[in-house]
Amino acid sequence: MSITDKTPSNPRELTQNPLKKIWMPYKNGLPEKTHISEKGLCMTNCPTLIVTVGLPARGKTYISKKLTRYLNWIGVPTREFNVGQYRREFVKIYKSFEFFRPDNEEGLKIRRQCASAALNDVRQYLTEEQGQVAVFDATNTTRERRETIIQFAEQNGFKVFFVESVCEDPDVIQENIVQVKLGSPDYTNCNTEEAVEDFMKRIKCYENSYETLDEVLDRDLSYIKIMDVGQRYLVNRVLDHIQSRIVYYLMNIHITPRSIYLCRHGESELNVKGRIGGDSGLTPRGKEFAKNDLKVWTSQMKRTIQTAEALDVPYEQWKVLNEIDAGVCEEMMYEEIQENYPLEFALRDQDKYRYRYPKGESYEDLVQRLEPVIMELERQENVLVICHQAVMRCLLAYFLDKTAEELPYLKCPLHTVLKLTPVAYGCKVESISLNVDAVNTHRERPENVEVSRMSEEALLTVPAHQ
Amino acid sequence: MCLTICKLLCVSVYLILFVSWTVFCVRTCCQTQTGISQVTHYAGVQTFELPSVPQFCNSPTMIVMVGLPARGKTYISKKLTRYLNWIGVPTKSEACAAAALKDVTAYFTKEQGQVAVFDATNTTRERRAIIISFAKEKGYKVFFVESICDDPEIIAENIRQVKFGSPDYVDRDIDEAMEDFIQRIDCYRASYMPIDDERDRKLSYIKIFDVGNRYLVNQVQDHIQSRIVYYLMNIHVTPRSIYLSRHGESELNLLGRIGGDSGLSPRGQKYANALATFIKGQNIRDLKVWTSHMKRTIQTAEALGVQYEQWKALNEIDAGVCEEMTYEEIQENYPEEFALRDQDKYRYRYPKGESYEDLVHRLEPVIMELERQENVLVICHQAIMRCLLAYFLDKPADELPYLRCPLHTVLKLTPIAYGCKVESFFLNIEAVNTHRERPVNVDINRNPEEALQTVPDHI
Repeated sequence: MSITDKTPSNPRELTQNPLKKIWMPYKNGLPEKTHISEKGLCMTNCPTLIVTVGLPARGKTYISKKLTRYLNWIGVPTREFNVGQYRREFVKIYKSFEFFRPDNEEGLKIRRQCASAALNDVRQYLTEEQGQVAVFDATNTTRERRETIIQFAEQNGFKVFFVESVCEDPDVIQENIVQVKLGSPDYTNCNTEEAVEDFMKRIKCYENSYETLDEVLDRDLSYIKIMDVGQRYLVNRVLDHIQSRIVYYLMNIHITPRSIYLCRHGESELNVKGRIGGDSGLTPRGKEFAKNDLKVWTSQMKRTIQTAEALDVPYEQWKVLNEIDAGVCEEMMYEEIQENYPLEFALRDQDKYRYRYPKGESYEDLVQRLEPVIMELERQENVLVICHQAVMRCLLAYFLDKTAEELPYLKCPLHTVLKLTPVAYGCKVESISLNVDAVNTHRERPENVEVSRMSEEALLTVPAHQ
Repeated sequence: MCLTICKLLCVSVYLILFVSWTVFCVRTCCQTQTGISQVTHYAGVQTFELPSVPQFCNSPTMIVMVGLPARGKTYISKKLTRYLNWIGVPTKSEACAAAALKDVTAYFTKEQGQVAVFDATNTTRERRAIIISFAKEKGYKVFFVESICDDPEIIAENIRQVKFGSPDYVDRDIDEAMEDFIQRIDCYRASYMPIDDERDRKLSYIKIFDVGNRYLVNQVQDHIQSRIVYYLMNIHVTPRSIYLSRHGESELNLLGRIGGDSGLSPRGQKYANALATFIKGQNIRDLKVWTSHMKRTIQTAEALGVQYEQWKALNEIDAGVCEEMTYEEIQENYPEEFALRDQDKYRYRYPKGESYEDLVHRLEPVIMELERQENVLVICHQAIMRCLLAYFLDKPADELPYLRCPLHTVLKLTPIAYGCKVESFFLNIEAVNTHRERPVNVDINRNPEEALQTVPDHI
């Protein structure tokens, strides 16, 4: 971008957007969208197409779904396109591995059509639906197939990044099949032995024609090759920020079984009085439990630290786990916010995810500051995170793939521990109530979010307090 | 009722223990591995003197460079060392051979270092085996960084940039020196055994091919190695410049008030226009412009007439309860806080606000993206600019909060050889001085006059 020849002698009027508190230039009362962009990834013209490569049961779909979840959470609109899914919709009933035999002309034709249909949807998503990243999840094991995709991307102005998963460890492959293939719609009418046998034969169908990404032949492509579930990585030609973030993420995830425990601090004095935020002490209530090999993380606010202290185990304080900063509304009751800042209160109800408290933060800001926590949670094994309502909502939304609209309304009550255990393609949640009474701090979105609403309508959903 | 009072007493005890604002660290054998936390342990005692050291790794780590001469090993070592120190991981770079291993032990045990970067060719398996067994014996982790490059142009440029400053070549003819150096490399080449992907599959390493075109990463063990890999994969050697500037003078600057979100003063607006002219005159290719979310930086950028990106992470340090106060008001209302800040300006955190140390944590993604980018102009704030400058100029924590970043001055940073060239451009628009030096008396019981001695003039 070059500097224009006209340096404005009359600077443009700046106004602060009332919801997000972002300063923007206005002209004739309307925001001017040009010359401004908010810090984010991929604020470029080029959408990215991520293409998985690998034999069946190498974790491609696992990676696709996880990556999609992560990118969406950090604010990059991403969608995955699983060609197997298209095939199932087309063929309706899966008979056997024979469908995948390299000499099955009919099968090949259908598979090619499904790939095309998926690519078509990719194009639509990235060009017409404001998608920024599409994950094309299929085996893509031949150079020819990959060449087709590269041409498709070139025609449409998409960047391509390949993610190949290579693994020869039979135990890992077996575990894979057991975890995700047996439950697949393809095998609903088979017993375990039959399913495993058929699937192994299916893998064989691909093996002969498998052309792995080659250091020399594919040296101009951008890719990461993941070997043996993360023991080793080969990374080639990372082109931009989003690819760099994707590589970093993929290099930090693992599949070792573990659980993540999320809970809020024990009930605090401010909670009891119905006040938000602040940094108060712990009331005489609250109860914890501890385990071996468990990392414990808290924020730097008194109430989470005191909760951890009661556990009598080593813990780490993270400033970024601090509760959302309510700015001028810190330590206020909802009634007080309604009285002093009725406009703000209404704006918050209109878009709770993006709304930023004056001199404070938004949920959107929280997600950005929590990203290193998520990255480290991915690296770790068993962790207990003692945090706060808004923070817990953000973390939960990441693990359970909740949208930005749902995130600020996720239920995270006091004195309840959520145990998250990754399983198959998602996360199992168990809610463990600590059987200690606590005040409710969850405020639902009221019906009337208009700026002109009455106080009663605004305060309708405020939970009871002293 | 008695029980409640008992419990309240317990709570009070906790409250007393947590009364100080400073955070400290007591070293225990806790295996924490995060990079972002400020670690405190539960022993409960808070003292001011002990520095807060984030626990990145349980065992210290030795980073061992591998590669022929002129492959960028020293460049990478120094840069990595600078980055790790900036994010708070005490790191040192050792450039010589055998004696250095002993120094490494001293560094880890007596100086509380966490990472030692071993910058040498280390091109034979024997050499590396010695290091590995040394580390194993001491309980240190080892991470190899091998740089592989066969592009003659890159190597020649490398030699030109960094070797010809070396004392070995000071009086030599350039071509002769180049010839001599290339022969030197050939001596190593014969016995060079790169890390072997098969035989060395249990080692932790990253191989960098052709200055970052391709990487092979093997057995990353922990958080710090993961961060190192991420960093190495984001740096590049393409020539470029980074311009750092503060916003134009603001209304609050004129009044000697800190923080807030005020607009530009008339002189500040003049600076914005002058900045536009200056930037145009620099003829910068593909310049990216970044601002914070605060009005004064955005107004400054607006004058440039180009696209700019707003980063919340570039917002000025949050002075918490002291926001929009003058130093005189801080002295009057919070004299103890004011003194504590002078005692350790880097670690001091404003009540309900931030510390410089917090700033560094929140600026890390900015630094990472600056490494990825080429020509960038960052329009930010005093404390922010100090943090960024400290990264580029390798300034330690105790100097960082006192770096001079006056208003209406652009700093142009150009990476050169192993460091950074700095050019300072004052754009000739007068502005208030906002730099407050550390006063002589930093005791809590000092007089107001002593506290306010170094406050710059304002309205």
